[in-house]
Amino acid sequence: MSTQKSKNPLSGYLLLFAGIALLPVLGAYPIFVMKVLCYALFACAFNLLIGFTGLLSFGHAAFLGTAGYAAGHALKVWGLPPLAGLGFGALCAAAMGGLFGLLAIKRSGIYFSMITLALAQMLYFFFLQASFTGGEDGLQSVPRGAILGLDLAQDLNLYYVVVAVFIAAFWLIYRTVHSPFGQVLTSIRENEARAISLGYDVDRFKLLAFVLSAGLAGLAGATKTLVLGFATLTDALWTTSGLVILMTLVGGMGTLVGPMVGALVIIALENKIGDFGQAIANLTGIAWFNSLGESVSLVTGLIFIVCVLAFRRGIVGEALALYDRFAIKRS
Amino acid sequence: MSELFGIPLPALLGQLLLGLVNGSFYAMLSLGLAVIFGMLNIINFAHGALYMMGAFLAWMGMEYLGLSYWAMLVLAPLVVGVLGILIERLLLQWLYKLDHIYGLLLTFGITLVIEGVFRSFYGVSGQPYSVPEQLMGATNLGFMILPNYRAWVVVASLVVCFAVWALIEKTSLGAKLRAGTENPKLVQAFGINVPRMVTLTYAGGVALAAFAGVLAAPILQVSALMGSNLIIVVFAVVVIGGMGSILGSILTGLGLGLIEGLTKVFYPEASNTVVFVVMALVLLLRPAGLFGKEK
Repeated sequence: MSTQKSKNPLSGYLLLFAGIALLPVLGAYPIFVMKVLCYALFACAFNLLIGFTGLLSFGHAAFLGTAGYAAGHALKVWGLPPLAGLGFGALCAAAMGGLFGLLAIKRSGIYFSMITLALAQMLYFFFLQASFTGGEDGLQSVPRGAILGLDLAQDLNLYYVVVAVFIAAFWLIYRTVHSPFGQVLTSIRENEARAISLGYDVDRFKLLAFVLSAGLAGLAGATKTLVLGFATLTDALWTTSGLVILMTLVGGMGTLVGPMVGALVIIALENKIGDFGQAIANLTGIAWFNSLGESVSLVTGLIFIVCVLAFRRGIVGEALALYDRFAIKRS
Repeated sequence: MSELFGIPLPALLGQLLLGLVNGSFYAMLSLGLAVIFGMLNIINFAHGALYMMGAFLAWMGMEYLGLSYWAMLVLAPLVVGVLGILIERLLLQWLYKLDHIYGLLLTFGITLVIEGVFRSFYGVSGQPYSVPEQLMGATNLGFMILPNYRAWVVVASLVVCFAVWALIEKTSLGAKLRAGTENPKLVQAFGINVPRMVTLTYAGGVALAAFAGVLAAPILQVSALMGSNLIIVVFAVVVIGGMGSILGSILTGLGLGLIEGLTKVFYPEASNTVVFVVMALVLLLRPAGLFGKEK
């Protein structure tokens, strides 16, 4: 599925993170970048399952939503400090992941996807009716608090906290993928029967991967609540599960950086599609394009179809394949 | 006897009937999914969107062309069936050799496109569709009032479901279909055009979804989102029943509709989630589903 073997990836990552840290100085809008980082972490966590273990979870929004509400509640009602709130959110999501995983890994392949989807939908209805979530209105005005006397109400202060959280989580994913545990996960993806015959307790490895992925997705959801100051039902809706699949697919499944690229592309598209539609409407004179902003799903759906039919390796995956071809030619 | 477990009997029977109506939609949709999965190995996520399209076509036929409900009951499945042929020939046929996952993802994309189109033209609010004249009113059975249209929906979907079951299990065409599912190469060697059979199976499956949509139009509000929540319940039905048997998907669909109806009487808060709770329980006890075969 993937070939990621560059000589020294660490320096590349350092450069990437330094670039991200400098973005606000270069004039990027911090809230937008933070939102992208949250979704990027979400997609990276999701990719740990699909890209490195071969499990397509169609219910990952459940973990984003669970952690969003849990962290929001901890910060707003219990008055927990920000980092404790994030940790609490991630833990709740991991626990939920354990529960989902126990049920879902009993079946593999397409059934696994359908079960995760159905369980997530069940949780969605629970959030819709439970009193602490605020129902349709969501959980509003979650305070950002302060870390070590640093007031997070200022966007720039929060920005560096979010970047630090992202780097820590990315490092954890990197370490996981390159550990013996990660190698076992890859072997399950490549040939599950062989992994079983080698004596690995495949179900336990899958469950561990699922819990880890859910916890990291939860960290993304909790961070998102801290950044935006609210948690809503949309985070737990199945369309969000679809969105994270699309991000991973567009960026490149099974590559570490792919999901980040995918998240950037999709979030930027969601925010800019209205302007884009207006530009086409002005160019062609067809008034319908003005309403393109209201039918984002039409565009995301088309991207989905194109990606699945012609572009399965995603942006980063295709770039890596191209790079490999050049490297072979030159040697 | 006018009460049962402290619930007025007419109310209980009314909810059970409602459950049976929903159950027959579940049955028709999961049946189509099972047939498509058997032949194409693709989980058709677009099933809910095509069901929605069936309902919308019925509304559009009435609104723009002045066609009757009965005309649309035939026309809408035909139109959706033709669309199904296009989808299969243009998009799905490239995916058969790949992992199942890609089929699910592609049909998910198709769902987004179809829903996006309807949403951009009609918004998300529901369009009213009235019950056809011949089926208006209700029959008093003595112990309950039976709305005629609901009775018609249950009867029509049961007839269609069992006709499909008979077609697949009892006719020679069905035998070829089942053989094609087991070993397409061998069946092709007998001179049977398997790719065309695959195309027609997909068209037939989605036409069934559209038929359910037309039946649902007068009961539910016709809206762009009506398919998206339903399809997930149907997925749960499929997991509970197991994909192995045609009859299994029909019976599971009806049974779960009834369970849902009963929950609405005794504990309404759980009526949205009861199907998923049943799914969790079944998975704990029988991971392959009620009618599924253990691998």
